[in-house]
Amino acid sequence: MKRSAVPSVALVVAAALVALLVYGVAIKGTDTTLDEAVSKGRRPAAPGATLKLPRLDGTGQTSIADYRGKVLVVNIWASWCGPCEDEAPTLQRAQAKLEADGTGTILGVTNTDIPRKSVAFERKYGFTFPSVRDLDVKLYRALGSTGVPETLVLDAKGRVVALSRGQISDTFLDRAIARAKAST
Amino acid sequence: MRRLRPVLALLAALWLAAPTTSALAAAPRASFNDIEDEVMCVTCNVPLHIAVSAQADEERTEIKRLIAQGLTKQQVLDQLVADLGPRVLGDPPSDGFNVTTWLVPVGAIGGVALLLVLTLPRWRRRSEDDHDGRGPSTDEPSVSPADMRRLDEDLAATEG
Repeated sequence: MKRSAVPSVALVVAAALVALLVYGVAIKGTDTTLDEAVSKGRRPAAPGATLKLPRLDGTGQTSIADYRGKVLVVNIWASWCGPCEDEAPTLQRAQAKLEADGTGTILGVTNTDIPRKSVAFERKYGFTFPSVRDLDVKLYRALGSTGVPETLVLDAKGRVVALSRGQISDTFLDRAIARAKAST
Repeated sequence: MRRLRPVLALLAALWLAAPTTSALAAAPRASFNDIEDEVMCVTCNVPLHIAVSAQADEERTEIKRLIAQGLTKQQVLDQLVADLGPRVLGDPPSDGFNVTTWLVPVGAIGGVALLLVLTLPRWRRRSEDDHDGRGPSTDEPSVSPADMRRLDEDLAATEG
């Protein structure tokens, strides 16, 4: 190697590392594509719908796509999350209505939660809907999630009609489910 | 014989307990500090031993609970991975762009090693030349003839 080549090579390597860093930061940023589409009234297909995740009760695996044909409320929660506790009664009320008319269900997705504590949380709030464990946070990332709780409401075709990045209210959930039921 | 019964019972109990005690002594005891150093607070994304949050405290409680059950360090780590996912070990995932977290350090070490292999012999040669009294390379004059002539003139004028 010629003496003058060393600084040039070092410069190229440094530039490559900076480019890699910029690219890494760009692709690791929060993906707001889903939020933008839903806010514009579009109904995008739920990302990560085919991801099979283990059920919290240990009875196998399930995915969002398994619920195609019914209204599905996907709720990301954790037992250590305060707002999740606050919205738990809202979710169970909605689940009771969906069970009563047979139009759909809620699917809980636990996030970085110890299963023993998740199960205790379910019992505490009398959840009758299933939950899955997103151990590798793959679904969480696919949905562009930024925290817990988060809720997505899907119509029978698996399209997202409403989403909330944060705690939900009865009003939000009732309206979103009505929109999902009316969606054709 | 009747008096000996309690003594015999005690000896039998000790004899039965002996293998259990030795087995426990042989198994490596898990240390909380040792495990806390090696895992992440999965909700705060920082090493657990520096994490300050309610979730981190829950994770610590869980580790202590598993240690109290008599699990070894590896068993505790395995249980944490089963409960909280592989992120709890702090190893970056090896898929997609994340593979760069492994490749860049390896590439950097390789690059530095290559640079040293290429430049060290030249540095050594130069150093040896200096020690031989030959001094640094004199292929090119450091002072031009014109400057040399001007220097001579200046020196002559100073001496004169």
